[in-house]
Amino acid sequence: MQNMLSLLYSALCRLTGRAAGAQTVSELLIGLSEYASLTLPAVPPDLAQTQRLTPKAPPVVGAKAGAAPLASASLAAPVARVTASRTYSDFTPQVTLDIKKCELHLLEEGPSAKAELTREQGLRYYRTMQTVRRMELKADQLYKQKIIRGFCHLYDGQEACAAGVEAAINPTDHLITAYRAHAYTYTRGVSVKQVLCELTGRRGGVSKGKGGSMHMYAPRFYGGNGIVGAQVPLGAGIALACQYQGNNQLCVTLYGDGAANQGQLFETFNMAALWKLPCIFICENNQYGMGTSAERASASTDYYKRGDYIPGIRVDGMDVLCVREAVKFAADLCRAGKGPIVLELQTYRYHGHSMSDPGVSYRSREEIQEVRSKNDPIALLKEQMLSNNMASAEELKEMDVAIRKEVEEAAQFATADSEPPLDDMCNHIFKNDPPLEVRGTNPWSVLKSVS
Amino acid sequence: MALSVNSLLRSGRNAVLVLRRRAFHRSAQAAVQVTVRDALNQALDEELERDERVFLLGEEVAQYDGAYKVSRGLWKKYGDKRVIDTPISEMGFTGIAVGAAMAGLRPICEFMTFNFSMQAIDQVINSAAKTCYMSAGLQAVPIVFRGPNGASAGVAAQHSQCFAAWYAHCPGLKVVSPWNSEDAKGLLKSAIRDDNPVVFLENELMYGVPFEMSDEAQSKDFTVPIGKAKVERQGSHVTLVSHSRYVSHCLDAANVLAKEGIECEVLNLRTIRPMDVESIEASVMKTNHLVTVEGGWPQFGVGAEICARIMEGPAFNYLDAPAIRVTGVDIPMPYAKILEDNSLPQIKDIIFSIKKTLNV
Repeated sequence: MQNMLSLLYSALCRLTGRAAGAQTVSELLIGLSEYASLTLPAVPPDLAQTQRLTPKAPPVVGAKAGAAPLASASLAAPVARVTASRTYSDFTPQVTLDIKKCELHLLEEGPSAKAELTREQGLRYYRTMQTVRRMELKADQLYKQKIIRGFCHLYDGQEACAAGVEAAINPTDHLITAYRAHAYTYTRGVSVKQVLCELTGRRGGVSKGKGGSMHMYAPRFYGGNGIVGAQVPLGAGIALACQYQGNNQLCVTLYGDGAANQGQLFETFNMAALWKLPCIFICENNQYGMGTSAERASASTDYYKRGDYIPGIRVDGMDVLCVREAVKFAADLCRAGKGPIVLELQTYRYHGHSMSDPGVSYRSREEIQEVRSKNDPIALLKEQMLSNNMASAEELKEMDVAIRKEVEEAAQFATADSEPPLDDMCNHIFKNDPPLEVRGTNPWSVLKSVS
Repeated sequence: MALSVNSLLRSGRNAVLVLRRRAFHRSAQAAVQVTVRDALNQALDEELERDERVFLLGEEVAQYDGAYKVSRGLWKKYGDKRVIDTPISEMGFTGIAVGAAMAGLRPICEFMTFNFSMQAIDQVINSAAKTCYMSAGLQAVPIVFRGPNGASAGVAAQHSQCFAAWYAHCPGLKVVSPWNSEDAKGLLKSAIRDDNPVVFLENELMYGVPFEMSDEAQSKDFTVPIGKAKVERQGSHVTLVSHSRYVSHCLDAANVLAKEGIECEVLNLRTIRPMDVESIEASVMKTNHLVTVEGGWPQFGVGAEICARIMEGPAFNYLDAPAIRVTGVDIPMPYAKILEDNSLPQIKDIIFSIKKTLNV
């Protein structure tokens, strides 16, 4: 019996690439039962009990009791297939966490103080944030090697904002941000490869090398905008289009603590409030506008109150779940026709303003180190997942390795890819226009432009 | 230039025609008299009806019927959703209009005058004009910026600037400057149907001027192509190139000179960018003389560009004299009538310049 079981078990393990660790009959039975529950409608109660090494967590809605652990494992499809010796059935599928309560402006109730997190979500948010982190650090490296040039504003430290926003909205919603945009370019669907290629100015870039760091676009992602504050009226206009078309979509419009003092924001707040536009204005307050701290630039640093007559929420921007819950709350408000709303995400950037700013002339290294060690968004999520037994350290480490590999490959591609062809230089001035002639640097240089 | 018997006879006949032609400029088919304002209104109405995505926003466009009554009746007909009154926030509402265009609508953004567009010029240039290129064609911006441009009457320096040269300087924009009712209607319809940002420069002093509109021009599908100039008057001695209100001045100057046997060819640019240089070159190669006429300031202006292009092209070899620009005086616009009148091109200035060029 044992031989037959172990033969069966090792065959199945080979097929799925798992390490066959079971030895005794009962271990073999447990191991085999996992494969069995893929095909059987329910697992016998006694085996279900022995599978759980942790206290029973609330069941995942819609999934059968025994099949739950494996269901969440298969949902973790975007994650690299893990060959850890611990089985998925060991992990808590879902947990309800207490999150920091938000400060409110002109609101009776705010976002929930509890966030539900499934294993699948946790792994997804972790993957997103870690990918953004590695992509930004790779960009830093490439910039120092002079393979990336010009402007490069890095987002490391702020990952929870991008991941939390995307987790809270639909893919059919719209988003626009300022120049610190690489993370949002990624969360809105552009691959790391296309982002890095655009940074290195090659033809594989999402804007074919014509835009650079601050001008990357995707469907329902309107960049990447270089002029501080200009994206805010644009975002309200996108929200106007949503309202006009009656499609129940909304626009997330991001800006920084520096841009919060731009006049056009207040013009936009006025019109957005007047017309009740479905717009979520989000101030990513990373405490410094270039080299000027928030206190030195703003008479009021309560950025969530700056909308005056517009309700506001101040959110811990280092906690992806806080961000998600706040944006979800804001989205519900907008879809109910009660928009707009202003969110302030309190966050921090590790790098200076851009690659030409070491970032230590206006703040101390100790301050940066303090945030890194106590408040890092990725470390926070990792801690939450590990302490709730939602993932193993090895599993996350394997994910890290896979992400590093993905980013490294993308960087190598971006470095090796060829530059845009010269005869593409004048294209795309207009949309849907017949070809036209463009004057070159001298009267005899007549270049061609197609749409 | 020897004046032949034929041209003497011609000028006599022309003198009679000039008197008949005083107020209107007839086309072949006799048709309806339509002011520029009404022609613009028709274009807006027809395009709002034709495409649900088209909407108009700006200060006083809805309930006030438009500061200059160009949008009269449209709010009543189409309602709050399609005709939107904005607060006095040019930068804000221009940005909103551009964002709406990015997200799939087709806004017409009105500036009460183009002087106020300076408040919003960043949105016009950096958010609208450059985006299609920066995104390598992924993100289009189908928007029209329209409003009165240039000098009016007695509104002084801050309200009288001509922005043709400023906007025409920028790749990614189309800049259109209609003269008569047919231009106004046909070009505005083309601008609204264009998938790219178009700056549409109207002229307040032309709003009330009636012109013949042919049956064809009254059709709902009548459009005038952007980028093509029109020869308003055939001539053989000198080419006059102008846009907007000064086309009238050129035609009047031509009528006066015709009595003296000087036949001017008058070219109505219609579009400033892209400029129809071929038409100018063809005309110059025929007449051998060029005078440009505009209301804007001389330095780095529309006329300066025309001269540079002619110099760089084949028509240079056909010039019998240097090309000449007639422009506004290089000062901020004064208020007093006598000063204002003398700071803009008058018919006598055009005639003087033509005679100097022709050396007569």
